[in-house]
Amino acid sequence: MEQDRKQKPGELQQEISRRAFFTKLGIGSLGLATAGTLSFAYQYMSPNVLYEPSPIVNAGNVEEYTTDSVTLHPALAIYIVRLQEGIFSLSAICTHLGCMTAWKPELNLIACPCHGSRFTDEGVKVAGPAPRPLPWFRTWLSDDRDVMVDRSTVIPPLEFLRV
Amino acid sequence: MQLQKQASRLDKLMASRLWKSIFRSGRGASTLHRSMAIQQNVFLHILPTKVRRRMLNFDATWYLGTLTLGTFLLLVITGILLMFYYHPSVPQAYADMKDLRYVVSSGLFLRNLHRWSAHAMVLLAFAHMFRVFYRGAYRPPREFNWVVGVILLLVTLLLSYTGYLLPWDQLAFWAITVGSNISSAVPVVGHKIHFLLLGGNLVNANALLRFYVLHTVILPLAAVLFIAVHFWRIRKDGGLYVQQSEPARETAEEARADENTQQVVVKQ
Repeated sequence: MEQDRKQKPGELQQEISRRAFFTKLGIGSLGLATAGTLSFAYQYMSPNVLYEPSPIVNAGNVEEYTTDSVTLHPALAIYIVRLQEGIFSLSAICTHLGCMTAWKPELNLIACPCHGSRFTDEGVKVAGPAPRPLPWFRTWLSDDRDVMVDRSTVIPPLEFLRV
Repeated sequence: MQLQKQASRLDKLMASRLWKSIFRSGRGASTLHRSMAIQQNVFLHILPTKVRRRMLNFDATWYLGTLTLGTFLLLVITGILLMFYYHPSVPQAYADMKDLRYVVSSGLFLRNLHRWSAHAMVLLAFAHMFRVFYRGAYRPPREFNWVVGVILLLVTLLLSYTGYLLPWDQLAFWAITVGSNISSAVPVVGHKIHFLLLGGNLVNANALLRFYVLHTVILPLAAVLFIAVHFWRIRKDGGLYVQQSEPARETAEEARADENTQQVVVKQ
């Protein structure tokens, strides 16, 4: 075939045989159908509506939190920490493998029971296998002065909410 | 040239040790090799190694059995996909059905495909049965395959019936209430059967779960098992029946005697 092409340089490209044409058409159609099926399956398997708890939660009135206190909300998996500089919320989920941490007043540290990671009340890691500090969540006060936390939005550390 | 290249690549693959370890029948175009390829494959061995050309004509079968199998495969695929969003619990089942209709991407399409395939399967199974009956394809030596076919028809109808409850709407609830009360008409043990079928006295959470398990596990497994026997028996009974390809026989004894003596039995 290549020899034919060289012999007739001025002509259009070599005509494709009927068998090769239908083979290409068949393989192409199969490829198209496979791609369509995969895209269909992906769209079907990704839920459009989730019945999960809202990431935005109400952690109660700000006056319930005294200065220099660390309060764990186990159901919300967050700490509400109030220091001299202000109030903020911290994830209670260890950055190692996702265990729920606990506040240890006697150590003045947040401790993970699974693999022994330790964090300060500002989320800074001081010991253990955890690769990152505990993340800070976006926090604001509602009109009723309730502490609102958006658990889906991480903010840089040390951005205190002054109250 | 492209084709030749592809063919040589295929040749190389088929000559490889991996290929030979999976497909042991060996290569070749001889009748022996071609029948071995069918006979030594677990999926194909229930089919005949040789098929007469006229058995494959549309006129011979109208492809009704194959089409019934096609709808069954479609129902298995769409059914498995629907199971990813369906919880067989009260009242979540109804909400999931609504979600499939209005929220899930292509959910409406898959649910409707499942429903229409189910209707088509019942229709095609009956059409297949009538075709076999009026052509006389049920006669010996195929009489046992007719029995297997009747079992498959019952499994198909039970699949339809159990699936009817799953949307958990008013239609489903009352249809199963009425339908399950029919089982109470069985003498002596009727009420016990009704109680066991529903897992209680009313169509409620237990009934929904029982019908779900029957619909998605027990009955499909039974269907697959009997479909395999049904196909295997086609081979064992001498291939697909083609009208006037052989004389009618009245009994299994006649058929067997016929095969032994190679004589045509003429009834008066």
